[in-house]
Amino acid sequence: MKDSLTLLNRVSAHPDSRCWFLAWNPTGTLLASCGGDKTIRIWGKEGDNWICKSVLGEGHQRTIRKVAWSPCGNYLASASFDATTCIWMKKTNDFECVTTLEGHENEVKSVAWAPSGNLLATCSRDKSVWVWEVDEEEEYECVSVLNSHTQDVKHVVWHPNQELLASASYDDTVKLYREEEDDWVCCATLEGHTSTVWSLSFDQSGEQLATCSDDKTLRIWRQIKSGEEEGKKDPTWKCVCTLTGYHNRTIYDVQWSHLTGAIATACGDDAIRIFEEDAGSDTMQPTFSLTAHMPRAHSQDVNCVAWHPKEPGLLASCSDDGDFAFWQYQRPE
Amino acid sequence: MVGSSSQLENANPLIYQRSGERQVTARDEDEELHDKIDDREIFDLIRSINDPEHPLSLEELNVVEEVRVKVNDDEGTVSVEFTPTIPHCSMATLIGLSIKVKLLRSLPERFKVDVHITPGTHASEHAVNKQLADKERVAAALENSHLLEVVNQCLSARS
Repeated sequence: MKDSLTLLNRVSAHPDSRCWFLAWNPTGTLLASCGGDKTIRIWGKEGDNWICKSVLGEGHQRTIRKVAWSPCGNYLASASFDATTCIWMKKTNDFECVTTLEGHENEVKSVAWAPSGNLLATCSRDKSVWVWEVDEEEEYECVSVLNSHTQDVKHVVWHPNQELLASASYDDTVKLYREEEDDWVCCATLEGHTSTVWSLSFDQSGEQLATCSDDKTLRIWRQIKSGEEEGKKDPTWKCVCTLTGYHNRTIYDVQWSHLTGAIATACGDDAIRIFEEDAGSDTMQPTFSLTAHMPRAHSQDVNCVAWHPKEPGLLASCSDDGDFAFWQYQRPE
Repeated sequence: MVGSSSQLENANPLIYQRSGERQVTARDEDEELHDKIDDREIFDLIRSINDPEHPLSLEELNVVEEVRVKVNDDEGTVSVEFTPTIPHCSMATLIGLSIKVKLLRSLPERFKVDVHITPGTHASEHAVNKQLADKERVAAALENSHLLEVVNQCLSARS
């Protein structure tokens, strides 16, 4: 099983610091990394090597926790412990910080663009999730402050094709939000994890959601449409599978590949694991198998896993050791 | 020191005797043998940490004890339980953070360091443990220069 994941490359990305997060641009030509050294680095492939194309070092005063590309690939948003989010515009050879979004009371933990590119979400240790609207003049306006969580909000992601937002929190829950009559409302709370939910990822259809936690489990949730009242009532989300016993420490990140359906996890035990749904498993009671396990993928905690958006099976990961690595995943026969 | 201007929470703590120096054995001095990190070594790293309130070490207040230190060198794990002097001690998180920072600074990076409150000895045990286990919040806390200064005071050697 070990051969199902092969190391391609290892790059010292943020030396003497943590590498917190990675994000591929939509075409997969560039990878953005960010870390405890307060920089964002933009990487591109030249021949067989990954070269640092730009260092974005002026925008933030503290750790940069996460980065996200706009769906058009021309903008990069960065969430920082300095309580701000910067928007960077891609120029011919470099990036320029065009806007700084302020308002959160303390550390911004995550940022995500909606599939339309017109909305941006940020979340913070101040327990809130903010939804920002981008107008034609590229001005950003906060259109909603969502205070549903009772603790530090760790992660936000948008549904792959709807304006549905999901957030994960230190309060052990996941929440979903949608727009209702010009305001944003929390439309579902997913309870089940017994400790911090660190990350979440929708599958390609958006009907399933994978969540990972400090409780060392991975959970799969499915959207259940309410039969008669369809279109009126919000769908409920049900936990249809809990993967227990595979991870030895906190699971910091999960990502569902939209190309292959494989789920990758980043764990505090230094390992990367990949799961796939078993063929013929029941939709309402799916079973998943561990199809790859790379112990000591990094020399310290793995913080992020990111599937390449175009090349099936190409995975990037990053770690507290400051490195990122590329892996080729091949589903075992 | 933190709290030195206000009323002390626990004005008259019990004071425990400090342990002696580690007995160096012939095996320790044998350069040919690989010395694994043991419980006593970890304990020696943390026993002299200063209490935030009292001019005493964590060992003298019995906040840390060698029996509550567990190290597994092969697996690269260290687990430390500490016992606040009183169940409502507001310094518990700070003490735990100081222990964690001391070990993170002293040990090779391959070690995973877990710091917990001794079960049943603090009113907010679960909340403090969760906070100490959250490396993102620990990282953010250590970027706070005031807090970092307080931690460094706890870790500084007494004259």
